[in-house]
Amino acid sequence: MSKVNPPRPAAKRGEPADAGRRSFFSWMSLAWVSFTASMLAAGTATARFMFPNVLFEPPLTFRAGRPEELQVGIVDERFKDSNQVWLVRDGGGIYALSTTCTHLGCTPNWLSAEQKFKCPCHGSGFYITGINFEGPAPRPLERFAIDLADDGQLVIDKGRKFQQEKGQWELPGAYLEF
Amino acid sequence: MSQLKDLLSNLSPAKLGEAIQKSQIYRSVFRVGVPVSDRKRMLVMLGNVFLHLHPVKVRKSGIRLRFTWCMGGITFFLFLVLTFTGLLLMFYYRPTIEYAYVDIIDLREQVPLGIMREIHRWGAHAMVISVWLHMFRVFMTGSYKPPREFNWGVGVILLVLTLLLSFTGYLLPWDQLAMWAITVGSNMARATPFAGYEGPGANLLTLGENIPLISSTSDARFALLGGTRVGEMALLRFYVLHCVGLPLVAGFLMAVHFWRIRRDGGISGPL
Repeated sequence: MSKVNPPRPAAKRGEPADAGRRSFFSWMSLAWVSFTASMLAAGTATARFMFPNVLFEPPLTFRAGRPEELQVGIVDERFKDSNQVWLVRDGGGIYALSTTCTHLGCTPNWLSAEQKFKCPCHGSGFYITGINFEGPAPRPLERFAIDLADDGQLVIDKGRKFQQEKGQWELPGAYLEF
Repeated sequence: MSQLKDLLSNLSPAKLGEAIQKSQIYRSVFRVGVPVSDRKRMLVMLGNVFLHLHPVKVRKSGIRLRFTWCMGGITFFLFLVLTFTGLLLMFYYRPTIEYAYVDIIDLREQVPLGIMREIHRWGAHAMVISVWLHMFRVFMTGSYKPPREFNWGVGVILLVLTLLLSFTGYLLPWDQLAMWAITVGSNMARATPFAGYEGPGANLLTLGENIPLISSTSDARFALLGGTRVGEMALLRFYVLHCVGLPLVAGFLMAVHFWRIRRDGGISGPL
C-alpha cells in the first residue's frame, strides 16, 4: 500500500541541491521587505497628513510701522491681539517682546500704572524689559528679531527668538538701536 | 396558510404565544428560545453579541454592592448617556470660531430642553469620578492581580481616554476658560520627549550647530492643534477627536475590557 517516493535525481555539478527552496526564501524575504517598506511609507505619509502646510494664522514676519510712531517708555500694544508682540522703545532703541507668558503660555496684561506685565492666569509679573520678578514664571519674556526695512518700517520676525537667560539679548537682531 | 387557519380557529393567549414562538421570525431572532434551563440560559449569554461579552455566571458576592460599588457599571452607563446626549448636541453645535460660542448659548436659551448640555457636562464630571472610584475599588480588592493584570492595563488606557475626552470637550464651548485652559494644557505637549520642540531630546535633534529638526511648526503640539496656537484648526481637531476618534477607541477597548472579565474568570471574589 505504501508508496515509496522516487529517489531524487542527483544534483548536477555546479547546481545547488534545492534550488526551488532557496529561490522561494529569497522571494519571500523580498516580499516581506517590500511589504514592510510600503507599510512604513504609508504610515509616515499618514502621519505627515496631520501637519498642515498652510496655516490660517498671521505670518511670522510682519511690518510694524515706522519707529518714530513709538514713544519712549510707552508699551505699544497695537500688535498684541494680531501678532502677540509688544513693541517697547527705551532711551537707546526698540525691542519686540513676546506676549506669551513663560510660565504656561497665557497672555499677560500691561499695567502702565504699576509699570509691569501681569499675567492673569497665575500672577507672574515682568518688568517693562521683560525680566520676570514675581509669580511662577521661571524666565523672562522672549524677544523677537527686529530690524528696519528699506521703506523705513520696522520688521518683526517671530521665527527668530532671543532668550535673556541664554544671553541672547546681546545678539544682533534682539535690539534695534534707534 | 393552514397555520394561520389553525391559529384563528382556536385563539387563546397560550396558543398565540406558542404560535409566535414557533414562527420563523421569532426563531430567527431568539435562536435558543425561552431560557428555562441553566443550559439554555448559558446559550443565551453565549449566542448574543452583546451578552457574550458578559460573564455567563456571576458570583453572588460579585453583585454585592458593598464589594463592587457598581462603579464599572455606572461608568459604562454614564458613557452611554454621554454618547446619546453628545449625539443630540451635535445637531446644533457648529465647531467654528464664528458659531461655537453662540451655539453653546443657544443650546441653553433657545433649544428645547435646555439642560441637554448640562446633562452632558455633569455626566462627564461624574464619569471621571466614577472611573477613579472604580479603579480605587479594583485596587483595594486586589482585582488587578493575575490573571487580571492585562485587564488592569486596558483599564488604565481607558482612564487616559476618559481624561482626553474631558480635555477635548473642554475646548468646545470656546469661551475664555476653554481657550486658556487648552492653551496651558497643550503647552505640555511642547515638552514631549523627542517630539516636542522644547522637550528632552529636542536639542539632540539638531543638524550641525543650530538647525533644529523639530520646531514650533513641526512638533507634537503643532500636530495636536493644527497650528501654532489655539485657533480654528485646534477647535476642529478637538471636535473630531471628541466626537469620533476618542469614543471609537474607548468603545473598542471597553468591549475588550468587559470580555476579559469573562475570560479571566468573572468578577473577582472578596479577599
